[in-house]
Amino acid sequence: MQHFSLNQLRIGEKGEIIELMGGYGVKKRLNALGIREGKEVTKISSSFLKGPVTIQAGQSRIAIGYGMAEKILIKKVDKQ
Amino acid sequence: MNILLMGNPNVGKSVVFSRLTGTNVTSSNYPGTTVEYTEGFFHWKEEVFHVIDVPGVYTLDPTNKAEEVAVDMIDKGDIIINVVDATNLERNMNLTLQLLEKNIPVIIALNFWDEANHKGIKIDIEELESILNVPVIPTTAVKGHGIAELINTVINYDQKYHSHHERNDEERWVIIGKIVKRVQQISDRKHTFSDIIDEITIKPLSGLPIALAVLYVAFRFIIFMGEGIIGYITEPFFDNIYYQLMNSLSVLLGGEGLLHMILIGNLIDGAIDFEQSFGLLTTGIFIPLSAVAPYIIVFYFVLGLLEDTGYLPRLAVLVDNVLHKVGLHGFSIIPMILAFGCNVPAALAIRSLESEREKFIASTLMVISIPCMAQLAMIFGLLGPYGGKYIVYLFLILAMVWVTVGVILNKILPGFSSDLLLEVPPFRIPSFSTIIKKLWIRLSGFFKEAIPLVLFGVFCINLLYVSGVMSGIVNFIAPFLNKIFGLPRDAIYAVLMGFLRKDLAMGLLAPLNLTIKQLVVASVVLTIYFPCIATFSVLLKELGFVNMIKSTFVMLLTSVLVGGFTNLTFTNEGISLIGWVIIVLILIFLRKFSISNKKFISGFPNQS
Repeated sequence: MQHFSLNQLRIGEKGEIIELMGGYGVKKRLNALGIREGKEVTKISSSFLKGPVTIQAGQSRIAIGYGMAEKILIKKVDKQ
Repeated sequence: MNILLMGNPNVGKSVVFSRLTGTNVTSSNYPGTTVEYTEGFFHWKEEVFHVIDVPGVYTLDPTNKAEEVAVDMIDKGDIIINVVDATNLERNMNLTLQLLEKNIPVIIALNFWDEANHKGIKIDIEELESILNVPVIPTTAVKGHGIAELINTVINYDQKYHSHHERNDEERWVIIGKIVKRVQQISDRKHTFSDIIDEITIKPLSGLPIALAVLYVAFRFIIFMGEGIIGYITEPFFDNIYYQLMNSLSVLLGGEGLLHMILIGNLIDGAIDFEQSFGLLTTGIFIPLSAVAPYIIVFYFVLGLLEDTGYLPRLAVLVDNVLHKVGLHGFSIIPMILAFGCNVPAALAIRSLESEREKFIASTLMVISIPCMAQLAMIFGLLGPYGGKYIVYLFLILAMVWVTVGVILNKILPGFSSDLLLEVPPFRIPSFSTIIKKLWIRLSGFFKEAIPLVLFGVFCINLLYVSGVMSGIVNFIAPFLNKIFGLPRDAIYAVLMGFLRKDLAMGLLAPLNLTIKQLVVASVVLTIYFPCIATFSVLLKELGFVNMIKSTFVMLLTSVLVGGFTNLTFTNEGISLIGWVIIVLILIFLRKFSISNKKFISGFPNQS
């Protein structure tokens, strides 16, 4: 199974979060927003010049800065 | 009895708050911190119920100052109303479970109930009540639905309460999964019209033009309404009623002398001139109240509208990449926008940034290159008569300064910048009464914090002027600045007077018959080199003495460099060829500079 960072997911694609790399503080902040390992997310948009990624996680939309998105590892989920 | 309103950000908590409380609402800082919270009251029979709007948080395991305050406040509450977004039950339940673990009664207000129904989300209230063992009230606060029942539940709350045992994050998410499965049913989610609007405002290709259009309309609206208020309300008041009052006072004081000088100022052609007399009670009152406050009122109204519709987070997402280049992230767009109104509330908003580094960069950039309403009034007053293109040039220069100083600061300051992490709420129709209430809280804050400081500044400067200290300073540095800026001695004097009061500088510059080039240089220098005394004192508190000295140094250095650059390259027609070449060179330099910085930018932010 191939792992990607959130930045590599294409717009409209679905992925499952495999691992949140990075420090305890970052994990905690992501966790509080409902972004945690095992969660399925859909990428809504990205931006040029290393801009943020916006994802749909459950009912919420969340924007994540490029650097942080780089540390979120996902695997692709096939569309049903 | 203390009622705490708690919930995630963007769950309509402030609308519930404004429905629960009357007009007597105050906003204050939590002791020992810079986190703001709002409180109000309602009465029931003999009893007074104290309602506290706790800052919105996602978790009680604090990840920032606001969350620390929220946790701290729980001890002060007798009961918590946990406002929950019914359209987003899963994520909201995380905080709810954490609140239930504290030893304090909880009532859940399931807000956005109508919207949830509309979206095909069904929640079994009774089931949720029995699982959590607390009352759950569906509300649609914008329409006032469910508020009466909420108040009823608070008043008749059965004090027997059993708190849940403590769990860790993992256990909580497992339980949340089970709860959501049992109480919530979502019928197939269609891609609705509002979803499409939501998405095109986030995607950069469509979002950026929309953002420009929104900001342009907002700007025009502020100017139009502000001018309207000035033309029909404040100017007639000052020209007629207030003028008579001051005239009598002037006569009473004998038309001259020290006290007259400080309170009324100089008589211009034997009469008081609100723009040029420079007295504490004349110009000192007139400029903030008549010329600036009307714009501030409209500005805050528009800001409230942008906030409550959910547009501001989108703006933060769109500009994140640019702000990242200067060591900030998208969220700092909020103080930057606030600064166009008045730098004081912007300086206060900088509090919410995470690290000292971000605070320093944001406040320095804001003070240097974002003109506040008073400065804008000055710029339009000085350059406007010569045509719009000079104003465009000025903004171009300021934008260049913003980028250049930002990139350099980002490079030379130690440490990293944190990444954006922000919930983007769906668009919502705002509640008019909440916006008005927010406007009122912000305005009273502005009058309380900014105006006394402005008046104090006028007082000090008048003392310096009367005692002759000012002209001593001017004589000392004028020859030096004259060479760099190409301004006559009187203009240098005016610029230095603007050290504490920009409005005053404009009045002094206007009658000097300067060339358009000199006016542009003077405007550039006046905008960049120093904030007003009010902003200065707030920043001094926020940044601390040492950082404020550093920031001031950056400001003065930048103003000398940019003023000198403008003097060198600006002709009466616009920026000269050499000027453009220098600008392009600077841009190339910055590009190289920020690329060599890349390995730092992609590093992980340190949490402070």
